[in-house]
Amino acid sequence: MRGFLLNRLSQSLVLLLIVSVIGFVVLNLIPGGPLAQFGLDPGMTQADLDRLKEQLGLNRPLWMQYLDWAWRLVQGDWGHSFRDGAPVLDVIGRHLVATLLLMGSSTVIAIAIGTWIGIRGATHRYSIFDYLATVGAMVALSIPTFWFGLVGIYVFSLRLGWLPAGNMYTIGDGSALNYLHHLIMPSIVLALVHVAIWSRYMRTATLDVISQEFVKTARAKGLSERRILMKHVVGNALLPMITLAGMQLPSVLTGALVTETVFTWPGMGRLFLDSLGYSDYPVVMGLLMFSAILVVLCNLIADIVVAIIDPRIRLS
Amino acid sequence: MTKDSTTKSGYSRREALRLMAAGGIACFAAPNLLGKPAFADTANPTGRVVVGLSQEPTVFNPLMAHIEVDDAVHFSVFDALFRMDPKGVLQPNLAAEVPTQKNGGISEDGLKWRIRLRDDVRWHDGEPFTAEDVKFTLELITNPKFRAWRTGGHSLVRDIKVVSPTEITWRMEEAFAPYLSFLAETFIVPKHILEKEADPNAAAFNQAPVGTGAFKWAQRVAGDHLELVANPQYFGEGPYIERLVFKYIPDMTVLYTQFKSGDIDLADQAYITADHYEEASKLPGRVVTLEPGASLESIYLNLEKPQFKDPAVRKALYAAMDRNAIIDAIYFGVGTLTETFMPKESYYYNPNLPAQEFNLDLARKILDEAGWVPGPDGIRAKDGVRLSFANATTAGNNLREQVQQFLQQTFAEIGVEMTISNLPAAVMWGEFWLKSQFDSAIAGVTYLIAADPDATNRLHTSAIGAKGGKGSNTAQYSNPEVDALLEKGARTFDPEERRAIYNRVQEIVRQDLPFLPLFAYTNVVGRKEGLEGFEPNANTRTASWKAAAWRWQS
Repeated sequence: MRGFLLNRLSQSLVLLLIVSVIGFVVLNLIPGGPLAQFGLDPGMTQADLDRLKEQLGLNRPLWMQYLDWAWRLVQGDWGHSFRDGAPVLDVIGRHLVATLLLMGSSTVIAIAIGTWIGIRGATHRYSIFDYLATVGAMVALSIPTFWFGLVGIYVFSLRLGWLPAGNMYTIGDGSALNYLHHLIMPSIVLALVHVAIWSRYMRTATLDVISQEFVKTARAKGLSERRILMKHVVGNALLPMITLAGMQLPSVLTGALVTETVFTWPGMGRLFLDSLGYSDYPVVMGLLMFSAILVVLCNLIADIVVAIIDPRIRLS
Repeated sequence: MTKDSTTKSGYSRREALRLMAAGGIACFAAPNLLGKPAFADTANPTGRVVVGLSQEPTVFNPLMAHIEVDDAVHFSVFDALFRMDPKGVLQPNLAAEVPTQKNGGISEDGLKWRIRLRDDVRWHDGEPFTAEDVKFTLELITNPKFRAWRTGGHSLVRDIKVVSPTEITWRMEEAFAPYLSFLAETFIVPKHILEKEADPNAAAFNQAPVGTGAFKWAQRVAGDHLELVANPQYFGEGPYIERLVFKYIPDMTVLYTQFKSGDIDLADQAYITADHYEEASKLPGRVVTLEPGASLESIYLNLEKPQFKDPAVRKALYAAMDRNAIIDAIYFGVGTLTETFMPKESYYYNPNLPAQEFNLDLARKILDEAGWVPGPDGIRAKDGVRLSFANATTAGNNLREQVQQFLQQTFAEIGVEMTISNLPAAVMWGEFWLKSQFDSAIAGVTYLIAADPDATNRLHTSAIGAKGGKGSNTAQYSNPEVDALLEKGARTFDPEERRAIYNRVQEIVRQDLPFLPLFAYTNVVGRKEGLEGFEPNANTRTASWKAAAWRWQS
């Protein structure tokens, strides 16, 4: 186990190094840069822009900028945002809570409903329910999230007036109920896609398990279908889902760009889009590294959890 | 007394002089009475106004490099020495009067300046505002370590002296009349807070500013909104509302939806899009008005490209633009025809410029006469140069993209090939724009700073960034007569004399056509019914320039 961990950790460090170099170089190769936002200001002269470039250290060779950034990162200093001057970790932290709230609730909805649909679809293969679930999943995966979002806003906010059109809460009302009210529509819209993904995976995993010998044995023993399902099928079918969850967890924390934009939700996805738009290099790099670290960590955790649950797998 | 103040067409010069003289005398005699008129019932500000913005304000130190959207916060939290009113007239703000050559505030040669300040202003933390704060502010801007916004004008200031807590003097390296307007966009910051900071770029103040304005800093929820509260001790009019909230809504359609659903009370930058104007104007419980903006939408031509060096090409292209159709069919009638970069509302606007006429035959004739002959592919050429060019603008701006397609077709009818090559905003407005790497570009450009007619940064030869210049003359326009006139205009303080100068500049630019005007911007400003005291101002970059006067109808 220790050998496995050390091996994976060293691989992860190399991976993070590669990600950081590629990210830094690509980001800096994009024409424009952080000063482009001042391009149309009537009073902002070329002389002013040159001065700012120097003050931000952007006139140095790229390798020097990278080494400086990487050295600071190793020491725990993720730099300061070009846009508002706040430390990058603070900027990420401010948006993380909003994202956790939205993504957490949508993931819970998605897993609960998706798992149920997947199992029921597999156990009632080629039934009307199964066909409807398949078509529904295809529709949810094919239609862009923003369309669902805009339709939701039109129907439930503008026409019926039941749910707010956006925002995380009503300004001036920070009650839990108010947050919950605002959370309903974006989390359901976001969950739609995830329900589709989960249900498809769960259906396949359940079918896999159902065809296994031990299920046939259980059936031969005369156990009820319900008992077979609960005791033998579901548990085993959920195993590959842990890996899937491990792969999806980083996206839970890094946000849902489109949904956050449509519902003016101040999360990580929008932060990433805004930071990219302003070429706020420190924040974009911070988000990239944050995301890379999460991917590495989550995969590692998923592997370990699977190994612990499933005695057939050994981490050696 | 105010011959150097900029005025707009709404006032005759005499009226403007009379107004300012009256104001000046009043200020001088009793500065502490100014701005607290009989209607100042601000003991109990009530209610809240939520302003929707399509970009997020993030820079709260008004002296640091920032974008337009931050102005909404700066105008509410801070004060400048002067403010530009909706008529384009400078009004005293922290200063007790607008200095002029007549009242002795500015010497005859324009080099010595003296500013008298109000004696009744306090910072939000209770400390008194004094001339020391003004000195500190002006010095901070030119501090080489400080990431200041624009330094134009400020870099000419020398020998700043604090004569008394309410009086400050300085010397200008050279006479520079626009500086008065520049000061209207220079917000004064507190010395007693910032002088203690080792690095002003990283001061705590920058995240929670302390100003003298009508509203005090309350809190910011990053990525979502920020909240200001009324400053009952404000020296000027208002505030009448208790809370002012700036809400960030990144998508224009969503911003409009939230305006419609009532989540926001006022749609500020970038306002309501033209395609929503008709529907918005019929919404119950909303007031939607068209307000002139200061920018000009035009097709910028890179005059260093061989195809644009010939004035005949520029004239022919201009004649081939059906601007009425563009405004009516694409921009839903929102936008005003113009022939110049100077806003129509400006005192310096030249109304006598020749009007463009859409005439494809004329365009063809101009090109024929200039020797541009159609080639086998139908595209004209002359001396080995094909009359073909790329046009760039920000990708994703669907209205501009429609304009491009429309022009592409009409230009093709006169034997001109225009290809479309758009870029993301963050790329478009970088070196591609500033270093003139484009053939032609569609851009909405503001030429004036706080309504001063000086357009040196955009039109002077020394401002061509691509040639090592210091400004933003991205068309690479160069005309010695315009250069001389701009230099003279910047040294001249008399508005009448300046008007003659800038009228001539507009004449020459209209003739040279370094850019082809499409239309003058018109903003669709929407607000909830019952929000009173709202006053649009084309001379500032934000509709929230005077939130102090807003109040809810009781």
